[in-house]
Amino acid sequence: MINKKLHLSVWQFVLASVFVTFSMLQSAAQDLDTSDGEPAMPVEAEAAPEEDTIGDAAAGEKLFKSNCASCHKLYKRATGPALFEVTKRREREWLYKWIKNSAALIASGDAQANEIYNEYGQSNMNAFPNLTNTDIDNILAYTNTPKPVAQVLGPEAQAELAPVDTTMTNNIVLGALALVLVVLIVVLFAVNKTLKRFAEANGIQTEFEDEEAETRTPIWQAFIQNQFLVLVSAVFLLLASAYFAYGALMAVGVDQGYAPVQPIHYSHRIHAGVSQIECKYCHSSVRESKHAGIPSLNVCMNCHKQIAEVANETYQEGINEYGVDYNKEIQKLYAAVGWDEETQSYSGEEEPVRWVRIHNLPDLAYFNHAQHVQAGNIACQTCHGQVQEMEIMYQYSPLTMGWCINCHRETNVDLQGNGYYEEIHKELSEKRGGRQLTIADLGGLECGKCHY
Amino acid sequence: SNRSSQYFPNMYEDVGYSTYSEGDVFPGNVEAQKPVEGTVSRGWMPYDYNDDNEGYASAKANLKNPVPLTEEHLTNGQVLYNLYCAICHGKNGNGVGHLVETEKILGVPSYDARPLTEGSIYHVLYYGINTMGSYASQTSIEERWEITHYVEALRADLLKEER
Repeated sequence: MINKKLHLSVWQFVLASVFVTFSMLQSAAQDLDTSDGEPAMPVEAEAAPEEDTIGDAAAGEKLFKSNCASCHKLYKRATGPALFEVTKRREREWLYKWIKNSAALIASGDAQANEIYNEYGQSNMNAFPNLTNTDIDNILAYTNTPKPVAQVLGPEAQAELAPVDTTMTNNIVLGALALVLVVLIVVLFAVNKTLKRFAEANGIQTEFEDEEAETRTPIWQAFIQNQFLVLVSAVFLLLASAYFAYGALMAVGVDQGYAPVQPIHYSHRIHAGVSQIECKYCHSSVRESKHAGIPSLNVCMNCHKQIAEVANETYQEGINEYGVDYNKEIQKLYAAVGWDEETQSYSGEEEPVRWVRIHNLPDLAYFNHAQHVQAGNIACQTCHGQVQEMEIMYQYSPLTMGWCINCHRETNVDLQGNGYYEEIHKELSEKRGGRQLTIADLGGLECGKCHY
Repeated sequence: SNRSSQYFPNMYEDVGYSTYSEGDVFPGNVEAQKPVEGTVSRGWMPYDYNDDNEGYASAKANLKNPVPLTEEHLTNGQVLYNLYCAICHGKNGNGVGHLVETEKILGVPSYDARPLTEGSIYHVLYYGINTMGSYASQTSIEERWEITHYVEALRADLLKEER
């Protein structure tokens, strides 16, 4: 008993000493910080905790997001430095001057200002003369918000969230049902057997025991003997085999539903669907060129300079529903363009992404995107399906010649506001009694139009 | 799923090099090779201002819009603006596009918050600025000037509302 007590006190002592050393270390680190930031003014160390309470962080968050967030992040370097606890590194008066007009401060020859200016590649920070000192205090209060602890979900918590859970329970229920079914069948057989045995023992003739069974012809013999039935089924078999053979032949060279694995898991669902980015934003050459080009990686970087990680719920969705770590896919993009997140600069080591082309026409056919999209005013979804809902891109239309021609027969030419068609529209619509012109009417079915 | 089978694909595969194809003869195996530095193709003129602070200031002061302000150019500008710019800058240029609303991209200023000239708008479209990227690859020279017209129109609207 005494021994145990002693043991406990030893543990307590150890814990206490660990705690003491820890807190000492921490205070030492704090001392270092302040002396590092403000070597000339040791008073700052006492003023710092007071300053933290100045300003309204909630109002500051709003201001920060509308004015500063394009170049600054709190905990990470962006175009400008990370701003977390900037009040501990710089004087408040200096910050006022800097934020209101950094260029003037640099021009005045301020040593700190010039140091920062040169460190961040001489990129000019915009002047914000419209911000008052209280506004800036609010923003600075917001920059002191400590980093939220990332929610790392344990496997149990994830299982709770995940739809996997429901499928799991579904499987269990189905399994139980199957088991019950099997048991029922076994029981029925057993009952049947015992009943029969009873009947036999008691000498009861059951109707199932047919005495004439042997004299009856087997069913397949009866079938062969009935020539009409044979004929009908032969015709049916021939028709069915013709149907399937024709279907198989017609599927040759049709790649509908083709969805290869791409080198980067690019989700049209997120970009075109959730984020509502216009199709032509990335596939910009569709307006002018025969090719609706795959966007080059500079287009990716237009946005992904700022978006290095997806939102938390998007990330969870990717893991749970598609089994994809979206953040890793963004890292693949950075590797391809040679973007260094730490220094926010390009390293110059580039490697083109080898996308797999899904929509392939034989080289003997000429198809021009611009004339369909720009002149014809056809929506992208007409031919490519609801791309904004596709997690992985697949070929929606068959892209066969029959598919092309069918559309050329049914679609009216968009004649409005197109000076090129004025003459022919007038002439032909009189002749045809005002009927709309289809593309076939204008020669859209001629061989040379698509096959030279 | 895989591609379906083909029956005697005589003229299916390209003999020549097609756009975006790969080819062993090219450096980096990429068909799309860059033109030689300093060459000028017909119908295109190089942009004279540098991508730095002096270039920006100079373009802001000196660069003028060669595209006349007509109804057609303005509507073209609107269409292009809604394609490329509105996603962040908002349909009316107030800096609240869909990506800003959903907090994917932050800190997009309203057009009335800064002094802008047609030269500075074009310059930023051409090179990008800070976090904004260049839109030179997605638009032509004329299209960028059309967008500039429309941005100026939006800015005028915003300033009138505010003041």
